[in-house]
Amino acid sequence: MKEKIVIEALTKAFYQKEKIHTAVEDITVSIRDGEFVCLVGPSGCGKTTLLRIIAGLIKESSGSYNIQREKKESPLQSMVFQEQGVIPWLTVRENVAFGLKMRGLDKRIVKERTDRFLEKVGLTAYARQYPKELSGGMKQRVSIARAFANDPEILLMDEPFGALDEQNKFILQEELLHIWAETKKTVLFITHSIDEALLLADRVLLMSAGPGSIVRDITVDIERPRTMEKVRADPRAAELFVEIWNHLQEEVQKGRKGNSS
Amino acid sequence: MSESKAIQLEKQEWRRQRRQERWKQLLTIASPIFLLLVWEFLSRTGLVDARFFPPPTAIIGTFLSMAASGELFSHIGISLFRIIAGFLLGVIPAISLGLLMGLYSPLRHFFSPLIMALMPIPTLALLPIILIVFGVGETSKVVTIAGSVFFPVIINTVAGVVNIDRIYLDVARNYGASSKDFFLKIALPGSLPVMMEGVQMGQAIALLTIVAAEMMGANAGIGYLIWTSYKAFLLKEMFVGLMLISLFGYLFSLLLKGIQAKVVPWK
Ligand SMILES: Nc1ncnc2c1ncn2[C@@H]1O[C@H](COP(=O)(O)OP(=O)(O)OP(=O)(O)O)[C@@H](O)[C@H]1O
Ligand SMILES: [Mg+2]
Repeated sequence: MKEKIVIEALTKAFYQKEKIHTAVEDITVSIRDGEFVCLVGPSGCGKTTLLRIIAGLIKESSGSYNIQREKKESPLQSMVFQEQGVIPWLTVRENVAFGLKMRGLDKRIVKERTDRFLEKVGLTAYARQYPKELSGGMKQRVSIARAFANDPEILLMDEPFGALDEQNKFILQEELLHIWAETKKTVLFITHSIDEALLLADRVLLMSAGPGSIVRDITVDIERPRTMEKVRADPRAAELFVEIWNHLQEEVQKGRKGNSS
Repeated sequence: MSESKAIQLEKQEWRRQRRQERWKQLLTIASPIFLLLVWEFLSRTGLVDARFFPPPTAIIGTFLSMAASGELFSHIGISLFRIIAGFLLGVIPAISLGLLMGLYSPLRHFFSPLIMALMPIPTLALLPIILIVFGVGETSKVVTIAGSVFFPVIINTVAGVVNIDRIYLDVARNYGASSKDFFLKIALPGSLPVMMEGVQMGQAIALLTIVAAEMMGANAGIGYLIWTSYKAFLLKEMFVGLMLISLFGYLFSLLLKGIQAKVVPWK
């Protein structure tokens, strides 16, 4: 399959008050079309920074990245943010339609796509409500629907389920898998949770403690369609879990030493 | 059995809360009525001088006869026109410039010191200059009100935009919002709650200003009515003017609260 995202020697350093802090260092990786890739690493290792660069929200210090364009009318990427990114003064429907409206698409197309994705995340009945009336899980559904409805070349997701309780997390993970299977989008997904990575990903990229770089590239060869029960019962998943777990332990230790010295 | 008891308990609780609500509402109406009653009593019994503090019933009588003669409505009409025109002339530029300053930090840095320096000067102190520049006609009153409404609104609008959570700006940028979208879809609605507080303040200041401005350089309006009645020692007429201003203040805040609930349904 062809390459969809190509990242080459990407580095980002923040310079503040005479001090330089390298957040991500020399990241080189390519992601194929339609692949679901999870980015896993200790807190503060630069995952969000990497995603924000690809999202065009901050500028890289050096290196480059390229997102392959297929349809010239599609936006390159849409992001689901780590914090609550649902805009409180727009209704659920207006939030989902946000990207489409910003692009000035035809009203009929906006309505048709918005309806379709509201339905997919089960929020049709809440379309006219404001976000304050929604639970945390419903808000994240809005974020996800907004990103998919925008029909971007790639999707960027920054720990979208991080703040949810277990029950809601499982439900949303499976919903996400459904939508992904239907739309065949390329997804770059940040998570802290190894379980989540194993459930969702084709590949897991492991990052080192800051400055973050990619130290392992693990293929998750677990058969799809996956459910949480199946993954939990799979012996191959258990092996991968231990492998990733050990790596994270190591990195966290290294990070601690790095901070104390 | 136990369930019906629980329901009964809840019903009692609900009734208790209802009673409390009604009691609070009663208290809210009670205080002005109580004040008027005391006033009436003191004035009627001669404990305070009825020439300076005519009893409320007499003031209402005066109000009715003034209303019947039509004299009152021309004063009310002219003051209302000045308040509304001045209010709009102050609020619209304040909101537009405030949004721009909130969104674009160079503009904010450029205009902030000017606003900080001009804000403490009471517009009324500038009235002589305003009269020289704009003449004694309507324009000078409208400008005076506009000037005093402008500052609280612009300061609150800027604060409203600056305090919008950065994440929403990132969302807008990531989803390809144009400058116009930032302005209309993010900055304007996002700053509305704080902005409306400024508008409320501006409304109160507009009323203070109109009365003073009409006392100094006008030949009609509620302020003029208060001032000339006072000078002619027609204190009942003067009190009619004062009560009208207080009534206006009350009605305007109700109106603005209504508007706020309409334009900020998401809070
Ligand atoms: N705008 C900024 N200015 C200065 N330093 C920053 C900035 N943004 C991030 N950093 C630093 O870069 C490092 C990486 O931050 P980043 O948010 O990418 O981590 P993360 O891997 O997403 O962490 P988490 O898993 O906790 O979300 C941190 O040490 C952070 O302090
Ligand atoms: Mg992060």
